[in-house]
Amino acid sequence: MELDNTTKENIEKMIGENEVFLFMKGNPDFPMCGFSSVASAILKKCGVNFGHCNVLDDEKIREGIKIFSNWPTIPQLYIQKEFVGGCDIMKEMAESGELIELFNTRGIKTEIS
Amino acid sequence: MPIEQKKLEILIADKFPESKIIVEDLAGDNNHYSVTIESSKFNGLSRIQQHQLVYQSLEGLMDSELHAMQLKTKGTT
Repeated sequence: MELDNTTKENIEKMIGENEVFLFMKGNPDFPMCGFSSVASAILKKCGVNFGHCNVLDDEKIREGIKIFSNWPTIPQLYIQKEFVGGCDIMKEMAESGELIELFNTRGIKTEIS
Repeated sequence: MPIEQKKLEILIADKFPESKIIVEDLAGDNNHYSVTIESSKFNGLSRIQQHQLVYQSLEGLMDSELHAMQLKTKGTT
């Protein structure tokens, strides 16, 4: 499987235009997978604004993002164009407080609710 | 396309010898696993790199045979 240029550009555009961006199944209000649900709930809890892409709507993004990140699963979190991890890493980082710290050091506004 | 727990354990143990490996079948359906690996192979790697190493060693099993794997990795200290 290869990553075509259009898909790559689409992905770069999405993560470039949003400081915090989540590739997920479904959307933050109606996640279509337990892992995507956990991931978007973590971001909501941090109170950060984040963009998202529902990979179920676009097969090319769904497969392309796996190659782009060298990561075989969805969800995937990007912060300032940098791949941060999937659901398990997000959970660990949220529990340890690293995630909030990362947002703070990157100057991304959070509201712990 | 589930995978038997025993098969998964053997597969991981083969790639990460001399490691502490815990595999749990979370839903009892051979399709949702929790995997914890403590291995010296992870020493000095970032969390993403540690997980990537596991995914690579499973050679495309993720998302084809395995729908869900909760992954926890740890280096040895």
